[in-house]
Amino acid sequence: MGASGGGLAQIGKSVVIKGELSGSEDLYLDGLVEGTIALKGNSLTVGPNGQVKASIDAKGVVVQGKLEGNIQASDRVELRKSASVTGDIATQRISIEEGAFLKGKVDIHRTDSK
Amino acid sequence: MSQNLMKLFRGSSVPETAPAEASSKLTRRSSGLGELWRQWETAENLCVLDLGSTSPTNIRHFTERGHKIYSEDLLTASTDPSLLTKDENGTTILDSRKFLAENLVYPAARFDAILCWNLADYLDEGLVKPVVGRLWSVLKPGGMLLAFFHTRDAGPDAPCHRFHIVGPDILEMQKIELRRETRRGPTGAVHTAVSHGFQLQRVFNNRHIETLFRDFASIKFFLARDSIREVLVVR
Repeated sequence: MGASGGGLAQIGKSVVIKGELSGSEDLYLDGLVEGTIALKGNSLTVGPNGQVKASIDAKGVVVQGKLEGNIQASDRVELRKSASVTGDIATQRISIEEGAFLKGKVDIHRTDSK
Repeated sequence: MSQNLMKLFRGSSVPETAPAEASSKLTRRSSGLGELWRQWETAENLCVLDLGSTSPTNIRHFTERGHKIYSEDLLTASTDPSLLTKDENGTTILDSRKFLAENLVYPAARFDAILCWNLADYLDEGLVKPVVGRLWSVLKPGGMLLAFFHTRDAGPDAPCHRFHIVGPDILEMQKIELRRETRRGPTGAVHTAVSHGFQLQRVFNNRHIETLFRDFASIKFFLARDSIREVLVVR
């Protein structure tokens, strides 16, 4: 995974965070987070053990674990087969693997390159 | 007590395995889908509610056309053990008020189309009428709802299918089979739950269906070769 901010931060599965989480590098999250996550221009991966109750604003979002909250992604969203998402998704591109669970809206924003 | 109820475990844990096994797929023609298709091929910015299992194919179908799609798996939601309650006779039932407080929570007249698929045939008896009432309220006036019903009792083992839109009037049907889930409980212990899909609850005849959708403006029946009655209702 590339990181425009120069690295990949990781939150392990034993970590619990409540509050506002923001940064300028890609983030791999396998723990429990409640609040908001803002990674504008960077990507978030919710690992298979990740449990997130937060609204997410990022460039790209990959979900393998459980997410309750809305996703706003300026580029793309990927829901892997183990993903469970309850919330609305607004993005430019989306990929959903067979077996993923989604309860919510999918809204694709198209940018006109005129 | 509903035969639909699966022994899922409580707790805010994460499924550690894929929720559904891959299964064989069949295709079938759908006149009801064909009629809906003609509507959404020419319309813009439609808002569609898919009440089946999450279908990447259906999500792609609508988003590629610039429409918004909402996905909500009501059958799975109806297996939530916290819905179990007792009526005044002590009989275990599903709490329809709680179900509707947690599901189908949308502003009135939000959707242009609702894809019910075979929901009513497999949903617990106590939830069917309340759900149809809620669907009426979230459908726009003039909006359409597509539902499928068995035309004869195929027995409790009649397979429950997921439906994927693959053509103007072509659906891919995927049997919902054995479902395994492994979850980690609040104490960290790992539990495994196994269920055997969903069982056909009843068979509606034409009159039952007309009564079920009596608040809607019109209803159209399409009888298919595979003993499925397709119903397209307009609010």
